[in-house]
Amino acid sequence: MENKKFFSKGELIIIFTGLVLPLLFYFSPYAQGLLIFIMMWVVLGTSWNLLAGYTGQVSFGHAAYFGVGAYTAALPFLHYKISPWWGLIAGGIMAVVIGYLLGVVVFRLRGPYFALGTLASAEILRIAFGEEEWLTNGHNGILYITTWVTKIPYYYIIFAIAVASIVSVKLLMRRREGYYFLSIREDEDAAMALGINTKKYKNISMIVSSFWAGVAGAFYFIYMGFIDSETVFALHNISIITILVGIIGGVGTIWGPAVGAIIMVLLQELFRSAIFGLAPQWVSGMHAFVFGLLVIFVILYLPGGVVGDWELIKKKLHLKSNTEK
Amino acid sequence: MGILTLNKVTKNFGGLTAVNKVSFTVEEGEILGLIGPNGSGKTTIFNLINHYYPVTSGEIIFKGINITHKQTHEIAMLGIGRTFQVVKPLKRLSVEDNIMAAAFARETTFAGARKVAREVLEFTHLDHVANMKAGALPIAGRKRLEIAKALATRPSLLLLDETAAGLNPSELDEAIDIIKAIRSELGITIIIVEHIMKVIMNISDRIHAIAFGTTITEGKPEEVAKNPTVIEAYLGTDYH
Amino acid sequence: MEMFLQSLISGLLVGGLYAIIGIGMTLIMGVLKIINLAHGQMLMVSMYIAWVAWYYLGIDPYLSVFITVPVVFYLAKYISKYLLNPLIEKDSILPENQVLMTVGIGIVLVEFMRFIFTSDYRSVQTSYTGQAWHIGGISIAIPLFWAFLFSIAATIFLFYLLMKTDLGRQIRATAQDRLAASLMGISAEKITIFTYALGSALIAAAGSFFLPIYYLYPDVGPEFTAKAFVITILGGLGSTVGAIAGGIVLGLAETLGATYIAAGYRDAFGLIIFLLVLVFLPGGLKSLTKV
Ligand SMILES: Nc1ncnc2c1ncn2[C@@H]1O[C@H](COP(=O)(O)OP(=O)(O)OP(=O)(O)O)[C@@H](O)[C@H]1O
Ligand SMILES: [Mg+2]
Repeated sequence: MENKKFFSKGELIIIFTGLVLPLLFYFSPYAQGLLIFIMMWVVLGTSWNLLAGYTGQVSFGHAAYFGVGAYTAALPFLHYKISPWWGLIAGGIMAVVIGYLLGVVVFRLRGPYFALGTLASAEILRIAFGEEEWLTNGHNGILYITTWVTKIPYYYIIFAIAVASIVSVKLLMRRREGYYFLSIREDEDAAMALGINTKKYKNISMIVSSFWAGVAGAFYFIYMGFIDSETVFALHNISIITILVGIIGGVGTIWGPAVGAIIMVLLQELFRSAIFGLAPQWVSGMHAFVFGLLVIFVILYLPGGVVGDWELIKKKLHLKSNTEK
Repeated sequence: MGILTLNKVTKNFGGLTAVNKVSFTVEEGEILGLIGPNGSGKTTIFNLINHYYPVTSGEIIFKGINITHKQTHEIAMLGIGRTFQVVKPLKRLSVEDNIMAAAFARETTFAGARKVAREVLEFTHLDHVANMKAGALPIAGRKRLEIAKALATRPSLLLLDETAAGLNPSELDEAIDIIKAIRSELGITIIIVEHIMKVIMNISDRIHAIAFGTTITEGKPEEVAKNPTVIEAYLGTDYH
Repeated sequence: MEMFLQSLISGLLVGGLYAIIGIGMTLIMGVLKIINLAHGQMLMVSMYIAWVAWYYLGIDPYLSVFITVPVVFYLAKYISKYLLNPLIEKDSILPENQVLMTVGIGIVLVEFMRFIFTSDYRSVQTSYTGQAWHIGGISIAIPLFWAFLFSIAATIFLFYLLMKTDLGRQIRATAQDRLAASLMGISAEKITIFTYALGSALIAAAGSFFLPIYYLYPDVGPEFTAKAFVITILGGLGSTVGAIAGGIVLGLAETLGATYIAAGYRDAFGLIIFLLVLVFLPGGLKSLTKV
């Protein structure tokens, strides 16, 4: 945690690449769509990583904030025809409110119990939003004709959100808050003895984390034009995948979630398209299977994730190329 | 009136009374030794002072404030720092970052916290390992880091729980010097728990002895060392 | 009144099945100190094995116990040995890496089954499928009844194993204090691996008895995993009796809640009780009885 320039040269190159990338794929809405999903997962992964990777509170229920964000954009539209675009802010705020309320319950729990508590809260929301048809239109979901046909503007919006989320985490981590998050993660009892109000700082971490998850949820509705409770509160497709994005990329690293998001989306697409149609069709059903194997591999051999164990990976690759010579 | 007063403090763990109506006062600027055989309740007393556990009965007054029911972090902010007998380093952070995390108790800026951390690193002779991960430190370093973290919170009272255990003779001398300097140079009041007689007799102004959670005696080191109950309960017959 | 009695009896019977899920999980939690998020997936694997045995070989699901138990036992043994155990010494930022590993294992199991069997719903047709006994106005589904009896038998077996055998004593010692157990000459590693396999085998046996009752599809695994941890926490960790109580409470809560409050919230009742217990009664139901 040295107090050098805010962004290193490498980081600026990454951000610049993100800026020009959609222009390279100007004529491929398909590629742009993938880029948009990658960015959305960067936001979700970064959000989870702040709470779990940096603060040690391993949430198994990030779908709760994602879903609340999405519904905050969708419900005023459904009932009052208010533009869902307001949701980009309101969804974040609403997710913070829910995050804070859930925090009252789940922050009384530690370790695996916290994980289960968050999982259960997201599941309760999923069921409730599916059942309360008068409010949410139930399992029929909420439909919205998206604003633009072209994908480029969506990309730049979610790209800006992704960069903002990463900047916010970076900012926090070089301040007192960041040191306190890490202290809580490493040893909560020691942290309290150092004068750290652990409850307060867990809440701060939760507020920022749930905000970004909520914004991502609102964006999802605006971009996709459809949500129902099974999609946005999904245990597997949202909560669990968010965790896996973090783990594969590297928990407790700034760029880990971004790397994890890229790997996850590309892998999924690679298999879904049956390796660009080169492989037999049955391969397309295997993306989740392969992803699961990847998770097992990473936990066993790269516990720090791709970013966290980058030195290790480099060494391994280096050794290989040396022996080949 | 002293800086810290325990008034008939009692702690029950289920059926076990770990601390039984213990009362004592620590004067400002003093080093008070707290001794007792294994399992007599010394660590528990520390855990009660900083409210790691709630007391069963009795009260604890620090600088005129009743802290009996205050939370751990509030007590730390009021100025009681402590070390843990079973050390609690922030393992994946560097030694310096460990101390910085503690320094943020009184500092709001990165630069301010770092300045404090550098001072403390030097004071505790940890500067040469500043960039090492705390989890990689050998035991002597970890014990020292406990003291360093506590110091970085700028306490006016420091609770040291067996910070000299497991050290070799030269490390021990260094530790004694540091503890003495904490009082003489930083003016911090200390309660020290230690099994090593050389340390406790050498450092303490006064000693409070307990056994089975109950006070046996209190007094000057040489008086306590002569007390027959202490010898029987704690020092054993082969103490000379 | 009749409706209430009916719900009560169904709830109790279902609760008995849940108890058996909870006991396996409790055992694993007690010794490995982890939440096994692949627990329901083992049940699902067992159900598929039983289904294949029935569909292709005509073996009655109840008899397939003799296949599902050994297969899942060894599957779990290898998982525990090669995937979970190595993590004990690995330093990782999140202490929950074993739990996360079970998530990965769960995904692989579910997706593997989906790959082979697709997401289609499957069920078995036996002479007792859909049959029920009628007593007064109350009906008792026969497969549910057998499964309930099996639960009781399995519980008694487990009690005997834990309390009266040497192996059981070693398991309990390891659960209580791993280090102390190793010092007493118990191979904590072996016991840990065995316990994971045993807990999984238990739920595999349950799979054979569940097949005539529940529809089978890959995602049935995660659903039962969720129930398993609810039961375990309700009962208080590591307590076998607690797991039985937890199972019955969940069964009753679901059935009565679905009858009297709202059917759609059936799965939410357990979770809500779960959260309440987790927060207000951290020791689970066990702590109500233990002074
Ligand atoms: N959290 C706890 N729950 C139950 N009993 C406890 C707890 N903490 C301490 N005890 C018991 O209280 C008694 C006092 O323990 P304590 O650790 O305070 O002793 P100590 O004087 O610090 O011993 P040592 O010199 O070995 O460090 C012991 O019998 C111990 O087993
Ligand atoms: Mg002690």
